[in-house]
Order: sequence, then structure tokens, then C-alpha cells
Amino acid sequence: MSEDVRWRIARRAALELRPGDVVNLGVGIPTLVADCLPPGLTVFLHTENGMLGVGPSPAPGSEDPYLINAGKQPVTELPGASYFHSADSFAMIRGGHIDVAILGALQVDERGRVANWAVPGRSVLGVGGAMDLLTGARRVIVTMTHTGPGGEPKLVPECTYPITSVRPVDVVVTDLAVFRWVNREGLVLTEVAPGVTVDDVRARTAARFRVAQEIQPWQEVPGVA
Amino acid sequence: MVHSSKLRTAAEAVSAVRDGDTVMVGGFGLVGAPLTLIDALAASTAKDLTVISNNVGEPGRGLGVLLRQRRIRRAIGSFFTSNPEVAEAAGRGELEVELLPQGTLAEAIRAGGAGIAGFYTPTGAGTELARGRETRRIGDREYVFQPALTADVALIRAHVADEYGNLVYYKTARNFNPIMATAARHVIAEVDEVVPAGQLDPERIVTPHLYVDVLVIATHKLEGVPRGV
Repeated sequence: MSEDVRWRIARRAALELRPGDVVNLGVGIPTLVADCLPPGLTVFLHTENGMLGVGPSPAPGSEDPYLINAGKQPVTELPGASYFHSADSFAMIRGGHIDVAILGALQVDERGRVANWAVPGRSVLGVGGAMDLLTGARRVIVTMTHTGPGGEPKLVPECTYPITSVRPVDVVVTDLAVFRWVNREGLVLTEVAPGVTVDDVRARTAARFRVAQEIQPWQEVPGVA
Repeated sequence: MVHSSKLRTAAEAVSAVRDGDTVMVGGFGLVGAPLTLIDALAASTAKDLTVISNNVGEPGRGLGVLLRQRRIRRAIGSFFTSNPEVAEAAGRGELEVELLPQGTLAEAIRAGGAGIAGFYTPTGAGTELARGRETRRIGDREYVFQPALTADVALIRAHVADEYGNLVYYKTARNFNPIMATAARHVIAEVDEVVPAGQLDPERIVTPHLYVDVLVIATHKLEGVPRGV
């Protein structure tokens, strides 16, 4: 997967954030969102290992080894930051106090269900905070490449990988398109990336989806990376 | 160094861990893990341990040392992926593993410390991790029952203690440590420094001393972290 593709997805996902949102970023593409927030937008980043007010990556040489995010990468502390223990951190998540969770996914299905913690046939020995975030965040945005390494669609009729929650996703951002999950309608295609047609999306999507009456022009935070 | 009746050497402290004990160990990865106490436990003879910890360290580091020594019989945690040797040991039948969503793990420890027998959580309902578990519909939502977790001994990491054992933590090294301090019969805290009572701002104390039985000075210092409060 090229870096460009990952950044495009992150720049599009960043536009979903609203002023003042408390946002939890998962590992992988979601982490990139921190570095492409729209200029002037203030959001508060939460990390489930016990911090609100996560700042950007530290300059090389100034890392604090005891100040990390959930992906165990060194981060910094912004003015107004706070620390708390793991049970409080997950009370915030499960209790509906996190506005947005941006998560990676292996599959998303027609019911909006996300699979992102286990692959069948491999020993499943890690779940971390994925299930809590999907269960408790007010809005869930999935960022993922549209297809897997072998070209297999990740938007599928029904997840074949173990699901993370029965709660449906709100928005799916891929390198080709944006889908919104609407109750009783299912997946709705609302945007396609520049140079991509609805038919291109159809050809690489196994899940049924509805095409919005008006496809919105693709927007993203202007590239910095 | 300030005198504290709770101060022990690491070896003395971990002699409280008996064969077959359940031991809570703080940390998120190696950050906030009580590495001095883990070293001392590795040098002891305690075996057949049940470990409650978010991770089982990394290969040959932190709790990964005890895993290699085959001293852990059972691990309860949420993310063992950072140590591939956990899956290998489980595959060989040497290690029993119980995987919980991280929030469920944390809340089960908090409940254990607060005298609550268990709770119903929406996390994991309808997934593989709920299989075989008691579930209950409350309102329009399904919940999974999770019993509380308690331990014989907790090994935790804090930054500074006062002579009574009041504890303050450092940044994201806090994680599971304060809740584990509440949920074990015997709590051993590894700290960088012990200061006289009165020197810690009472408003800043996260773990009051009644939870803490023993203090040990860390030999794995938090490098580059300012001393004192």
C-alpha cells in the first residue's frame, strides 16, 4: 500500500471532525489523521492508555519514553492535557464521552459491522481497546484501503472475519470512496475519489450499496505530506 | 533516603508471591510495568502463577522473562500480540490464555477493588469473546456479564511515594497501576523515590497509602524524568 494512498484516506477522514470533538485514533492510517487536521480546527485527542490532550510526535531526541499513545509511539502533551488510569479511560469510551473514534478495519459488511481484531486461522491473542471503542464512541469512522493486498474487497456482504461489535459504523473512508451507513438503507456511496467512477467502486466492492442521489465532490484537507 | 516502615528490597518484597498465586502486574506494554519487581520475581522460585496484566511483556522482556521460564500457568489480559511467544506457549499447551476487551479487563479490576462481584458491559456482546458467557438484555441492548478480578499480590509501578505509601504517577506510565493497587490482598509498589509525608500535595495523590503494603526503590529508573514532585 503506497504512502500516498494512506495519506489521502487520512486527509479525507480529517474533514469529518468538528470543532471541539474528543477523538480517539486507532493504530495505522487513523494515526496519520493527527498530522493532517484542518488548519484552525481544535480537537482533543484521547488515547486509551490514559491521556486526553495528545500532542504531535516529539522532535527526534526529545522523546519521553513514558509518554506514549496506544500504538506505543512517543507523543507530546498539549496545554490542558490530563492523565487518568485505564478504568477511567475506558469509562470515557464505553460511557459515550468520546465523540469520534477513527479505526482501521479488515472488513466492513452490509450491516455496517466492522471486523478489525482477528483473522481466522491465526491464533487470536489481542483485542486491546477495539471492541470498547466501537461499542461506545458516539461516531465511528473506519479508514481502510478499499481492497486487501491481494485485491480482495474489504467491503463485503457479511464479515467472514470475527466481528468487533454489532454496532454499525457511521462512515467508511477508503482510497476510492466515502460511504455512510444509514439505518434501513445500509451502505450509501456519497463520494468518489478524483479519477474514480462509481463503476470502478462497484467493481471492487463485494457489499451491496446504494448510490446517493447526488455524489458529492471529493474533498480533503490540503496535502502537507 | 527517608525512612519508611514499608520499604523492602525487591527480593524481600516478592517473597510474598507463593506458588499458584494470582498476580496483577501493571503496565501498558513495558511503560509503567514494574520491571524491578519482575526481575526479582524472575529470580525467585514462585511458579504456577496466574498473571493478570494487559500484556505479557515482550519476548524476553518484562513478563516475557517469566513466560520463558514457564512460571506462568495462566494469563488474563487484552493484548498479547506484542509477545509472539505467548501464542507459541498457548499452542504447546503450556499456557492458558483468557482474552478480555481492554475496557472489560480494566473495569473488572476496578470492580474487584471496590467490592463489586461483577457487572454487565455492552462491549463484546454478539462477538466471539461473548461466546459461552452469561448475557442479559437490558432495555434495547445486550450486555455481557463480567465477574470482578482480584489477586493475591499486585506488582505496580508509580513515580514517587511518601513514607506512608501514598503514590503519584508519571504521565502514561499510570495506566493499570492505580486500579491494581486496589484489587489485590497484598500490594507492592516500585517507585523512583520515597519522600517525607507532607511533601506530596494531597490533591495530587492518586493512590492513598491504605492500598499499599510494601515499597521498593526501582533500579529501572524512569530515565530523564524530573526527580521529586
